[in-house]
Amino acid sequence: MLTWLSLLVLALFSGAAFVAGRRRATTAAAGRPRVLHSLPDYYGTYVALWAGVPAALLLLLGVMAGGRVEDAILQSARPAAVQALGPDRQAVFYSDVRAIAAAQSPSEVTYEGELKVALDAKVAEAKRIETVVNTAMLAGAGVLALAGFLLAFPRINPDFRARNRVEGWTSSLLIACSVAAVLTTLGIVLSLVWESWRFFQSVSPLSFLFGTEWSPQIAMRADQVASSGAFGAVPLFAGTFLIMLIAMLVAAPVGLYSAIYLSEYASRPVRGVVKPLLEVLAGVPTVVYGFFAALTVGPLFRAGFNAIGAALPPGPMATYLMEVQNQMALVAGVVMGIMLIPFVSSLSDDIINAVPQSLRDGSYAMGATKSETVKKVVLPAALPGIMAAMLLAISRAVGETMIVTMAAGLQAKLTANPLDTVTTVTVQIVTLLTGDQEFDSPKTLSAFGLGLTLFVVTLCLNIIALRIVQKYREQYD
Amino acid sequence: MTSILNPLASPLLQGHAMTVQSPDDSSRASVISTAPTSAPSPAEPKIKARGVKVFYGEKQALFDVDLDVPGKSVTAFIGPSGCGKSTFLRCINRMNDTIPSARVEGSIQIDGADVNAKSVDPVVLRSRVGMVFQKPNPFPKTIFENVAYGPRIHGLATGKAELEAIVESSLKKAGLWNEVADRLHQPGTGLSGGQQQRLVIARAIAVSPEVILMDEPCSALDPIATAKIEELIDELRSQFCIVIVTHSMAQAARVSQRTAFFHLGKLVESGPTEEMFTNPRDSRTQDYITGRFG
Ligand SMILES: Nc1ncnc2c1ncn2[C@@H]1O[C@H](COP(=O)(O)OP(=O)(O)OP(=O)(O)O)[C@@H](O)[C@H]1O
Ligand SMILES: [Mg+2]
Repeated sequence: MLTWLSLLVLALFSGAAFVAGRRRATTAAAGRPRVLHSLPDYYGTYVALWAGVPAALLLLLGVMAGGRVEDAILQSARPAAVQALGPDRQAVFYSDVRAIAAAQSPSEVTYEGELKVALDAKVAEAKRIETVVNTAMLAGAGVLALAGFLLAFPRINPDFRARNRVEGWTSSLLIACSVAAVLTTLGIVLSLVWESWRFFQSVSPLSFLFGTEWSPQIAMRADQVASSGAFGAVPLFAGTFLIMLIAMLVAAPVGLYSAIYLSEYASRPVRGVVKPLLEVLAGVPTVVYGFFAALTVGPLFRAGFNAIGAALPPGPMATYLMEVQNQMALVAGVVMGIMLIPFVSSLSDDIINAVPQSLRDGSYAMGATKSETVKKVVLPAALPGIMAAMLLAISRAVGETMIVTMAAGLQAKLTANPLDTVTTVTVQIVTLLTGDQEFDSPKTLSAFGLGLTLFVVTLCLNIIALRIVQKYREQYD
Repeated sequence: MTSILNPLASPLLQGHAMTVQSPDDSSRASVISTAPTSAPSPAEPKIKARGVKVFYGEKQALFDVDLDVPGKSVTAFIGPSGCGKSTFLRCINRMNDTIPSARVEGSIQIDGADVNAKSVDPVVLRSRVGMVFQKPNPFPKTIFENVAYGPRIHGLATGKAELEAIVESSLKKAGLWNEVADRLHQPGTGLSGGQQQRLVIARAIAVSPEVILMDEPCSALDPIATAKIEELIDELRSQFCIVIVTHSMAQAARVSQRTAFFHLGKLVESGPTEEMFTNPRDSRTQDYITGRFG
């Protein structure tokens, strides 16, 4: 609250600095705008930037790190009564101190005697510290804003290159944004690696990567912590691969053919209707496809297979088919394929449209028919782009969670049978991390192991895709 | 004609080339069902246009064009930009069919058979009437595959050797063989602009068309490449009926035997090139040729 208010004040100050800077420049020009090096607005912007940006950065830093600083000061001296508590209870104690100080509801733990005294003392201390930190921050911001203004304002004279200076500010702002993006990604990857490393200390990477049995529940029991084999990720990756394969078998041909129809055969009005429709379809949330899979497609497939089983002469095959359940890899794969069709066709359509008309004309002028032209000229020319579209679709299929959770079951089975229930990496990550769990048991940590492996796999996929695309590029243009 | 052919070419290839020279060859004549049974006399024009009108939607782009184009010679279309030269050219091989808004009226006959007749398959027609575009448009395939494209889709070669022979002779006719013989399997798009344009010409002649339409084939090329293409056109004249659209008066004068001048969608006049350039009948032609407008 206080911070937002101070940011508002700062914005007003910066606006005033703009006006002041601009006025100083115009006054210096004395009615002859040509003597100014830059437009008056640049002088204003320059002063406003100096007055506003450093102080704003300090305030943001305060928002992000202020709490930490307060905690560090608060916990630097621990009363004996608190020290007597275990580490978990200490954490609860301090979180209660913070909650009470901020007038929020604390935990249900009751404090008595010495602890109560310590609590009250700490709450008072926390309030004091907060005031001090906030005051320091605000004062710092005020000083910075004023200093920035006093630095920039006197510099303004007609020869001052405000335009170039503002340019410098702009480019450093852009750089800062992209650095932030890169750093965030790096941070995510690093935390993934760190947590996975912790996981691999209790489960060997080899048994994780090549083990064929996945049952993290067993490892929960104290006498069996991380018994080897319980964390074999192979069934999960096999399940992911199976579902991805089924999905691509549906999405790749249908999506590509509909893209060809749209871009080469459809008349303008048809295209004008169908293309936006497809794009709407691409925006349907995956959980809706999940319903569709679980409530419509699953029972339908089950009924179909059961009927086939009933019609077959009795035997193991017939019995098997009659016992097929709603949840199977095939349902998840098919529905995921349906979900990917608009994605594939919309991307491929754009790519096919980008093939120059002159190539088509050349082919028609040789006496080729439309389908010959598509097959022999348009598609080869569009191939790298289409491959890239397919790989994007694959990475979406691999990362998709909702449909699989609802339609493929949760059992980690190593099977190539599309009628069986399977589970995927992403689904397992969700089930591992939902619910109350201790955050450092191998069970929860294994989610990071899975995440890291998935990340490496998709990264490799992307690199391979890029290589292929580059190779075709060289060949074609 | 034999002077252009490689002396080492197989007899088979000679036979293949022969079909080019004889448009009345039975296999070719069957392409247009209404073709007269007797061979057209030499005086008969190869292409005969009567009352050709073209509309793009509501807008009329060509008005009643009557024109005769003789075989085995080069006819140049000249005229200011937007006057309908390309539009008329595209009528001859029915490329206007690929433009949804375009509508063609009137009759265009090749060897006495109307190209717009219901019985004519535009796909077959285009294998008889080749086209070269303003900007070279080689397919994103190898040089070999570019030239082999037409023979492949029309099934002109029965084996690999025959296909190779067609590719080689076409590249030789297009004057490109010496430059690409050792890199036939590299992408055609890797050639220079002038080489690409000759590759496209080789691609067009690989299906032994009777007519070759060229729409400003040199406008994207430098003077040396242009000179090569002009030389090539002059050589091809002995086998094909060539129609070329050009903005260069000098080029029209150098390569063509006959010239047709278009203006605002109308054919103003046509006749032997020399006559047109030295003694134009219409004042608009005079003005255009002398550079007073356009
Ligand atoms: N696809 C099209 N749709 C609508 N109008 C067209 C189309 N193609 C050509 N036109 C119009 O038809 C007229 C003749 O065009 P055309 O391309 O035949 O001219 P051109 O003589 O070849 O000109 P240039 O020398 O610039 O190539 C022009 O007015 C042009 O705007
Ligand atoms: Mg044109």
